Amino acid sequence: MSKNLFLVLLLSLPLPLAHAGEAKPTAEDPVLEKHVMALSHKLRCLVCQNQTIADSNAELAIDLRNQVREKLKQGESDEAILSYMSSRYGDFILFQPMVKSTTWLLWFGPLLLVLLGICVLIFMLRQRRKLMQKVQNISDEDHARAASLLSEKI
Amino acid sequence: MKRAFIPLVIFVSLVVFLWIGLSLNPREVPSPLVGKPAPMFRLPQLHDASQTISPEDLLGKVWLLNVWASWCETCLQEHPLLVAMAQRNIVPIYGLNYKDKREDGIAWLNNHGNPYVLAAYDRAGKVGIDWGVYGVPESFLVDKAGIIRHKVIGAIKPSDMQQLMALIKELNGE
Repeated sequence: MSKNLFLVLLLSLPLPLAHAGEAKPTAEDPVLEKHVMALSHKLRCLVCQNQTIADSNAELAIDLRNQVREKLKQGESDEAILSYMSSRYGDFILFQPMVKSTTWLLWFGPLLLVLLGICVLIFMLRQRRKLMQKVQNISDEDHARAASLLSEKI
Repeated sequence: MKRAFIPLVIFVSLVVFLWIGLSLNPREVPSPLVGKPAPMFRLPQLHDASQTISPEDLLGKVWLLNVWASWCETCLQEHPLLVAMAQRNIVPIYGLNYKDKREDGIAWLNNHGNPYVLAAYDRAGKVGIDWGVYGVPESFLVDKAGIIRHKVIGAIKPSDMQQLMALIKELNGE
């Protein structure tokens, strides 16, 4: 009994210590950690491509977060870090693509499509109005003829 | 009659776009480092921690940097090809042992053959990040002026060899 109790005590002893060790980086400097996470949300994890490195627990994402943390500690600006990352991994790593000549279609393409849609809509509405005018120009005789045809029993 | 073809045209163009989209490999992100100077590093050697290795030492020759690790399954697939390349002296291959334990890396090379002239030891993976490594294996062909000329993402396949060898010849000025 006492041997068991001793074992339990022994096992439970290092647990809180280990836990404290793991949580340390966040506790160390919450402001920095917040900054790291904010920046990490802008960077794509290239292993699990639809996640940011803030969301992902892939080893690469952890390494990249550490890299971001280190660079922030060295006093680098957000822009400098983002441009460092895109110079190493390509623009694909940026979750929000930069606006430049190669991304114009990406940024303004949807707007172009909406404009195109509006043009088509206006064109179709005009066609419709013309058609309606034709219908309104039907003479009284024709109306009467149509009415009698419709009331005929088959 | 003409109007009837409009949905067909839209459908066919959608299929074409989808086809192209599906045939691309999203894992292969083109590296912005191709055509740029190789990022500098000075790392301890895998086999001898007291010695270092740097791309600086290799200026003046065409060489291949192969990023690999003992825990990497795909590395094992490409390994025989690297060994064969080394045997035929196609290009000097330098290894970058990425996020590995030193003894594991050495043991792995002892088991499977060592194609590397020298291997650098990147325990923390920092140099890997600097080179834009996101999945091992990755290989970079560096020219005499220290410019990265080509990158292979994933295992080098026999089908890549023709292109790679032509490029090596060209860079060597043959």
